[in-house]
Amino acid sequence: MLAIVLVLALVGCNTKATTPSPAPIENAATEVVLASTTSTQDSGLFDVLIPAFEKASPEYKVKVIAVGTGEALKLGETKDADVLLVHAKADEEKFVAAGFGVARKNVMYNDFVLVGPASDPAAIRGSADTTAAMLAIEKAGKAGKAQFVSRGDDSGTHKKELKLWGAAGVTPTPTPDTNAWYLSTGQGMGETLKVANEKAAYTLVDRATFLSSQKANPDIAVLYEKDKGLLNQYGVIVVKDAKNQAAGQAFAGWILSAEGQKVIGEYGVEEFGQQLFVPNADY
Amino acid sequence: MQLFSDAWREGWAMLTAGSVDVWTIVFTSVRVSGTATLIALVIGLPVGLLVGTKRFIGRRAALVIFNAGMGLPPVVVGLIVAMTLSRRGPLGDLGLLYSQQAMVIAQVVIAVPIVMAITAASVAAVPRELILQARSLGAGRWRRSILTLSEARMGLIAAVAGGFGAIISEVGAVQMVGGNLEGDTRVMTTGIMQFTRMGRYGEALALAAILMAIVIGVNVILTGLQTSADRWERDSR
Repeated sequence: MLAIVLVLALVGCNTKATTPSPAPIENAATEVVLASTTSTQDSGLFDVLIPAFEKASPEYKVKVIAVGTGEALKLGETKDADVLLVHAKADEEKFVAAGFGVARKNVMYNDFVLVGPASDPAAIRGSADTTAAMLAIEKAGKAGKAQFVSRGDDSGTHKKELKLWGAAGVTPTPTPDTNAWYLSTGQGMGETLKVANEKAAYTLVDRATFLSSQKANPDIAVLYEKDKGLLNQYGVIVVKDAKNQAAGQAFAGWILSAEGQKVIGEYGVEEFGQQLFVPNADY
Repeated sequence: MQLFSDAWREGWAMLTAGSVDVWTIVFTSVRVSGTATLIALVIGLPVGLLVGTKRFIGRRAALVIFNAGMGLPPVVVGLIVAMTLSRRGPLGDLGLLYSQQAMVIAQVVIAVPIVMAITAASVAAVPRELILQARSLGAGRWRRSILTLSEARMGLIAAVAGGFGAIISEVGAVQMVGGNLEGDTRVMTTGIMQFTRMGRYGEALALAAILMAIVIGVNVILTGLQTSADRWERDSR
């Protein structure tokens, strides 16, 4: 019985996969498993980047696994992914130093913004710098006037948030156990934004994800942005001894090439009227 | 296999060390699903009894609806409850979205049709002659209901097990209406999803083991009740 179902499922998949592609090369394409983060996926960049890569190198087919940076690195360790595109530089360097990756290269950066209710109860608008903004949120939180929603999922965004608390001298880092104003969702950026919107709370989010989900979250707005402390660097790592290391290498090579960098730089201009990622590969 | 043994060692250490995080999650799960099961019984038992024993117009339709409700996809329940409780939804003023109350509401909606359908089916199987005989002996409506329910107790235990088992294992709806907030609305199923996504297999596996233990434990107890009810029945004959 199970066998019949499996066979049917396989047949179903096959017909689906072959009918739209007349070129026989599609069937022979090597699969590249790219582990990346939910925020990159949610920003919509892959919808443009991956088709462009597959057009340039039709011998490869990319499969994206969008998880937190923590799990993306784990997928690299267990060799379930061939190439990683993540944003937590310190952990990425540790990953390569531990011998799991071939090398780590800068790809692009975007920036984070602090969002919250338009009434801005913590008055972070016009703060001198990111540190001042974080301190203002903590102070308003302790006074019971504001809440902060954390990703709490080991993602690149979560790590960035922890770094910002540290830089602002808020130690130990707030936790939901000890601070009623600090919520932790343990979920992706999209869900965390929804919680912030529902609770009229502050949160840290990458600009791309915020812009692409602004319509669904009308009660929160960008309150603090464009500070050096809010930059977000992405890196690419080819997993050592992965199943398709060569394919992973091809993908990494392409997004670092002039062609790939151009696609990254142009993304967002048409849809949102602004560039969302700044390519900065070191050639 | 090393992935499993490492994760298991890590998870076991966390459980035995009494890691507060893990046990808070377990406690929240049991409290939310236990409350929802009780409420579902209060609603589902009387309605199931009514539909299972009385003959009225639309009874067939009601049975079809209950049975279909047993297959109600939890994500659909989650979606509807989340939209209803959202600040811009019809009940937005209550400010309940992303709270334990919201999770109880969603789980009651999932469990009620299960309790109703199983109750209706089991009371319908109680021999009609028995109830008629009780009536002829002068038993009132209330006494007859109690008699019916006690005759159908095996099915009622199945209703409890079915309802509780369905909601404590459910992940879609509680994720959507609870938001998986640490120390507040994080339950075992949403915790397992999160820890897996984060690559923290130790915690995920520890929670999975407790969830399995609770589901099996509850069923062992309820099956025990069923068999002892069975024995009591045989002996008293």
